[in-house]
Amino acid sequence: MTTPTLPTIPPNPDSAIAIARDVRARTRTAHSITRESLDRLHAINPAINAFAQTFADTALAHAKWIDEQCAASHAAHLPLAGVPIAIKDNICIGPDATPSPTLPGIAGKTTCASRMLEHYKSPFTATAVSRLIRAGAIIIGKTNLDEFAMGSSGENSAFGVTRNPWNHAHVPGGSSSGSAAAVAARICPVALGSDTGGSIRQPAAFCGLVGLKPTYGRISRYGLVAYASSLDQIGPLTTNVADAALILEIINGQDLHDATSSSRAPFLASNVFESISANATTSSSPPHIGPFRIGVVRKAIDAANHPAVTQALHRTIAAFKARGDTIIDIDLPMLDAAIAAYYVVAPAEAASNLARFDGVRYGYRATLAPNEGLETMYARSRGQGFGPEVLRRIMLGTHVLSSGYYDAYYITASKARRAILNDFNAAFEGINTNFACDVILMPTTPGPAFAIGSKTTDPMAMYLEDIYTVAINLAGLPAINIPAGFTNYADQETQPLPVGVQLVGRAFDESRLLAVAHALESALNIKPPQLP
Amino acid sequence: MDTTPHQSHSSPSPLTPDEVRRITRLARIELPEARLAPLGQDLATIVAYVNRLRALNLEGVEPLTHVADETNRLAADEPGPTLSTQTLIDMAPESDGLFVKVPKVLDDQGGGA
Repeated sequence: MTTPTLPTIPPNPDSAIAIARDVRARTRTAHSITRESLDRLHAINPAINAFAQTFADTALAHAKWIDEQCAASHAAHLPLAGVPIAIKDNICIGPDATPSPTLPGIAGKTTCASRMLEHYKSPFTATAVSRLIRAGAIIIGKTNLDEFAMGSSGENSAFGVTRNPWNHAHVPGGSSSGSAAAVAARICPVALGSDTGGSIRQPAAFCGLVGLKPTYGRISRYGLVAYASSLDQIGPLTTNVADAALILEIINGQDLHDATSSSRAPFLASNVFESISANATTSSSPPHIGPFRIGVVRKAIDAANHPAVTQALHRTIAAFKARGDTIIDIDLPMLDAAIAAYYVVAPAEAASNLARFDGVRYGYRATLAPNEGLETMYARSRGQGFGPEVLRRIMLGTHVLSSGYYDAYYITASKARRAILNDFNAAFEGINTNFACDVILMPTTPGPAFAIGSKTTDPMAMYLEDIYTVAINLAGLPAINIPAGFTNYADQETQPLPVGVQLVGRAFDESRLLAVAHALESALNIKPPQLP
Repeated sequence: MDTTPHQSHSSPSPLTPDEVRRITRLARIELPEARLAPLGQDLATIVAYVNRLRALNLEGVEPLTHVADETNRLAADEPGPTLSTQTLIDMAPESDGLFVKVPKVLDDQGGGA
């Protein structure tokens, strides 16, 4: 049962929730909203390169059908009626992607921003995308990314860099670079990304968005091209917490196509917000309304090496205190080992997952001389089809898994992974402090979006961009980026860049995480400057 | 929190071309000779960084390879929709309409390459 103490959502005409409400009430049409979204896409995309493909014809056809459903009073099961959504191009969309068998399917490509899959057309659709479409969403296009989701800047795409809408000389973050840029540029209110080591939260921080990585197992990975299967998770990038909650409710839940998708009770937005529910069901668990106990990783905050990040964290702590929440200093001693553990575990899994790209059944096949055979075809197709960062990670993963190195690297990293999870659990259970934390506050990134080209020559410098995000994937926990301010450069010529903070929740407790996130969002009340 | 990449090591000695070749062979990756040295340098830098794992005290800690708490489940043994053979054949870079075509499996030396 919902209680009257749950927060209600202030009207924001550009939010997914408001669009769906208006389309269902027929005060706006899905067709006109889709048209506007596509017009904005065509006007802005040449400057930022956020989209790899657009689906104007099917999007407009699907929107028209949604309007017909609403006119025929069939809108009750369309909680995302007419909401334009972009999908990261490592998530499969096939010809079966349509809200009705009477309509054409989308039938785009799934390129992973790689030459290897440049012409690949998936014959099926990811479960998360099917669920969005079934809920009435309009898929407008697929977004650029770091090749195979490997990167932290959007610069590793075979199809060109994506630019940060706030400042085109800066990166949007990665690997969900295009999804973040598309929502930041307000081309669409929602995009799906994937997060293996921070690939939703870091670009969300760089672009001033809410970015949610759900608990491992919350969302089916069926149709997500695998990078590191024990870490990968799909999640939404949105402009506000309530939209993230709605999207999570729609795409989460068990899926027989993914054995790691959880059989636990699915997340319901109505646990967090009054009047938001995709399925018009009532809350199944008591709501979280605070005051909250916020664990603060003091070491990480003291070490934040950019003044804008430090300011954002102090502003966040002050906002929690002003609300009456309790701040608890905690230590996660193993956090320092997270990057090292991640860059063993993730490449090891990548080396194994990407072994399937061999030029035989699909994807790129290299040209051979008449005397060359199958082995040469495998090796040349892979050498030519994969970009530099993907090759680097495959080789690193191959090395750490190879005979003589496996124990020293992979087993040690897996032990460190357990130790990292134990640290988080100790904080959530209050083992060292006697205060069980509701959520943990950390930086999302070491600094704001960096300049394009500034980290491309040093892979290790790029990897350290993920220092605050990878531990959460290793532990499988849910975490969210919340916009917490902007840089304030003295130089007035420079456009301010967004800065975010990260909240980490208990496993499968997105209800509490999103309740705290919304409380923080309301308390900070960030008024963004105008986009250039 | 250590955010400086090169604090723990100064310019590690790169992996030798032979070591890089060993990895490319295992990974089934063919690269022009000129790319091996820079790749060896990159890998050495990353390996030097991840070597800090060896300094941790992880005595008695069980390795964690997967956080999912699901046990394996079996699908019902019932036929369901599958992709057609034609759909799969059409995805192949080369086919004769019925089979996926690959180059010869045995090389000119008379054995598997």
